[in-house]
Amino acid sequence: MSEQVIPVLPNANNEEGRINRPSLASRRRQDRAAGRAFFILTVVPVVLAVLITIALALRFMPILKEYPLWELISGTVWKPGKGQFGFWPFIAGTFWVTIVGVVLAVPPCILTALYLSEYARASTRAIMKPLLDLLAAIPSVVYGVWGVVAIVPFVGDTLAPACEKYLGFIPFFTSKNPTGYSILAGGIVLAVMIAPFIIAVTYEVLATVSQGLREASLAVGATRWQTIRSIVLRQTLPGIIAGVVLGATRALGETMAVMMVVGNVPQVPKSIFDTAYPLPALIANNYGEMMSIPLYDAALLGAAFILLVIILVFNISSTLVLQRMLGKRWV
Amino acid sequence: MNKHWHRRHIVEAFVKVLMLLSFAIVAGSLGYILWIVLARGLPALTWDMLTQTPKGGFYLGKEGGILNAIIGSLYLAGGGTLIALIFSLPIALYLETYIGDSKWGHYVRLALDVLWGIPSIVYGAFGFTLMLALGMRASLLGGIITLALLELPIMTRAMDEVIRRMPPDLEQAAQALGSTRLEVAVRIVIRQMLPGIVTAILLAFGRGIGDAASVLFTAGFTDRIPGSLMDPAASLPLAVFFQLGMPYPEVQARAYASALVLTIIVLTISLGSRWIAGRLSKFILK
Amino acid sequence: MDPHIQVKNLNAYYGSAQALKDINIEIPRKQITVIMGPSGCGKTTLLKTFNRFLELTDGTRIEGEVLVDGQNIYERDVDVTEVRKRVGLLAQRPFPLPMSIYENVAYGLHIHRMKKERKEYRAAVRHYLEVAGLYEEVKHRLMSPATSLSIGQQQRLCLARGLAVEPEVILGDEPTSALDPISSQNIEARLLELKRDYTTVIVTHTLRQAKRLADYVIYMYMGELIESGPAKEVFSNPKHERTKQYLEGLF
Repeated sequence: MSEQVIPVLPNANNEEGRINRPSLASRRRQDRAAGRAFFILTVVPVVLAVLITIALALRFMPILKEYPLWELISGTVWKPGKGQFGFWPFIAGTFWVTIVGVVLAVPPCILTALYLSEYARASTRAIMKPLLDLLAAIPSVVYGVWGVVAIVPFVGDTLAPACEKYLGFIPFFTSKNPTGYSILAGGIVLAVMIAPFIIAVTYEVLATVSQGLREASLAVGATRWQTIRSIVLRQTLPGIIAGVVLGATRALGETMAVMMVVGNVPQVPKSIFDTAYPLPALIANNYGEMMSIPLYDAALLGAAFILLVIILVFNISSTLVLQRMLGKRWV
Repeated sequence: MNKHWHRRHIVEAFVKVLMLLSFAIVAGSLGYILWIVLARGLPALTWDMLTQTPKGGFYLGKEGGILNAIIGSLYLAGGGTLIALIFSLPIALYLETYIGDSKWGHYVRLALDVLWGIPSIVYGAFGFTLMLALGMRASLLGGIITLALLELPIMTRAMDEVIRRMPPDLEQAAQALGSTRLEVAVRIVIRQMLPGIVTAILLAFGRGIGDAASVLFTAGFTDRIPGSLMDPAASLPLAVFFQLGMPYPEVQARAYASALVLTIIVLTISLGSRWIAGRLSKFILK
Repeated sequence: MDPHIQVKNLNAYYGSAQALKDINIEIPRKQITVIMGPSGCGKTTLLKTFNRFLELTDGTRIEGEVLVDGQNIYERDVDVTEVRKRVGLLAQRPFPLPMSIYENVAYGLHIHRMKKERKEYRAAVRHYLEVAGLYEEVKHRLMSPATSLSIGQQQRLCLARGLAVEPEVILGDEPTSALDPISSQNIEARLLELKRDYTTVIVTHTLRQAKRLADYVIYMYMGELIESGPAKEVFSNPKHERTKQYLEGLF
C-alpha cells in the first residue's frame, strides 16, 4: 500500500530521482486477482463441453418423445415429410466411409512413421515435418475439390469396372454405381486427410522407446526391422492403436470433403462402390429445411448428438490410453 | 562376414521398399492435390475475381468476383481467432504457472481434449442452437462466435504444448528471485514462448478460415461484404462449394480459382508461421 | 603380439568436429585391453568403431580401416549384423529387453537362428546365465520379466545375452559405472574369467579399474593415441609426458 521509496540514482538531468516500485503486497494482490480471473476462465472449457452435449441432447428430446431411441437408430427409412426418421443408413454410411478411410490410411502411415523414426536421417525428417504440416493445413473443401476432380473419376472409370470384372463375385466389391461418387472415393480422400495426424501421433509414440533399448537389440546383430518388430512395436502397439482410433474420430466428423464425393443417397451400403450418406453430410445438406417440417430439426440436431456421442466415446478412451503412454500430456 | 542373403536381410529389404513406397504416397498426395488446385484454378483466376463482389448473374457465369467471400472469411476467422485468443492465452498460462499438474488442471485439459475432438459440424449445430435461443439470424457475429468455439481448443492445446516444453529452470530462477506467479507468466513465459504462441494463433486462424461446416448454418451467405456484425457473411469455403455445385463450367472454373485463393491463404499462413517463429526466436534463450 | 583387431589410419568425425585423429593400433587376442583417458578423449568413439555402432549416430563419418581377423569391417559388402554378432557390446547402462529373463538371453539365438530345438535353446540359455554368474539367482524364475531384476543382475543378464550369440570380441563401454560396488566387482570378476576365451576391450574412466583389469593399455587424449602397450610397462614406466600426468592424477 505504501510505496517504498528508494532514493539515489540521479536521472539524466542530474537531479535526484526516485524509483517508485510497487510494494510486495501490491504485487501479491495482483497475483491473487489474476489467479482468480484466470481460474474463472479455465472453467469455460469444462462448461462448454458439458453445455454442448446438453444443448444438443435437449434439442433431440422432442423426437424422442414420439419415437423410441432404438427405432430411430435402427430404422432404415428416411422420409421426414412422412414422419419416418430412420437413422441407420446414415450411421452405417458414417462407419463404412470411416473404416475404409482408416484401413487405407493405417498401413502407409505407420510405415511412414516407422521410416521417419527408425531409418531416416535428420535431414529427411526435416523435410517431412513441413510437408505433413501442409497436408494438415489444407482445408476440407479443397480436399473435396481434389476428390471431385481426381478421385471420383478414377474410382468410377478405372477402379470400379476393374473390381467388378475381377472381384465382382464378392459383394463387397460389386459396383452397381455408374458414377465414381462412392464410399471408396470418400475413404480415399479421408485417408489422405487423416494421414498427417496418424503419422504424427505414431511418431510421437515411437519416440518414447529409449535409444538404449534399440541399441541393445542391434548390438547382438539384429537388423533394424527385427528390432522394430520384437522391441519397438511390442512396446508401442497400444499407443499406436489409440492413435489410430483418435484418427478415426477425426474421420468420423469430417463433413465437407466427404460430402462432396460420397453420393449422398440414403441407403444402407453393401459395397465400397455404393454411395453413402454419412451423418455430417446429412446435417449439412438439410439444415436449410430444418424448420419447415415438424420434428425435422429435432432429427437433424439429434443426428448431431448421436455423432457427438460416438465421437466422445472413441475420443475419451483413446486419449486416456495415449496420456498414459506419453506421459500426462501428449501431442 | 560378407553379405549372404539370409532371410532376415530379405525381409529387411522388403520392408524398406514398402516404407519408401508409403513415404512416396504421402508426399505424392500433397503434390497431387496442390497440382490439381493450381492447374484448374490458375487459368480462371482473374484480377476481377479478387477485387469484385458478385454482380447479377455471377453464379450463372456473368461478371463479378469473390471479394465478398475473401473479406467475409478474413472477418470471420479474424474475429473468431481474436475471441479465442482472449480465452486461450490466459488458460494456457494458468495451466502452466498456477495449477500445472493439479487435479483441476487435469480436468481442464480433459475438457479441452474433448472439445478438440468435436467436429466442426457439431460446433455449427451448437452455434445454430445458440443463435435460435438468442433470436439471432445467420450473421457475421454468429459465425465469429462459432469459429471462436471451434478455435478455442485448438489454440489452447497448441499453446499448452509449447508452454509445457518450457525449461523449468527458467521458471525456477524467476521464482527464486521472488517473482509472483503472475509475473513469471507474463514476463518470462510469454517472452520465452512467444514464437510458439504466435504459431498456435496462426494455426488456429488457418483452421478457422478453411472451415465450412461451422459457418454453414451460422454465418449465412451473401453477395455483399458484411457492413455490420449482424449482416450475413460469405466465406471462401462455402463460395467454393456453392460454385462447384452449379451446372455451368465457367462457374465451376471459378470454384477452382476460389479454392486456389483459399489454399494460397492457408499455405501462406502455415509456412509464414514457421518463418515468424524463426524470426521471433532471436529473443529467446536456447 | 597376435592382433585380433587392427586399426589403420582411422579418422572419425561428428559433423565437422574430428573425434579420432589418425589412429593406428592393434588389439591383442584373448587379453583384456583397456582404453583409458580423460572425458571427451574419444575412447567411447573408438570403441564404437569396432562394432560399427558409430554410424548409428546421425552425421558421423569414418575414414580408414578397422580389421577384424584381417578383414576390414567397413568394406562395402560386409554384413553389419554379422560384424555385431562377432563383436559384442556391453553398454554402460543395462537395457533389458521387454521380455522374460529367458527370452532376453534367447533373443540373439532366435535372431540368428542358431539352434533348432527347444531343448537346445534351453541348454544354451542356462549355459550363458551360468557363465555370467546369474543362473543360481534366477533359475526358479526364468520366465519372469527381466525388469524385475536389480541393476547388477540386469547387467549380468545383458552379459549373458551378448555372450549367447558366440562373439569373439567383447566390448565394454564403462560397463560398471552405473552399478554399485558389489555388482561392479561381480562384473569385473566375470570379465577376468572370460578373457580365456574372448578378446575383451573395455573403456573406463577409472584408473583403478584399468589397473585391476588390464593386460594391455591404450591411452588417448583429445582424439589421439598417445601411448599403448602391455599394462605392466605403461603403468610403471610410461614413455609420454601426458601419460605420466594422467597416471599421476593430474587431470
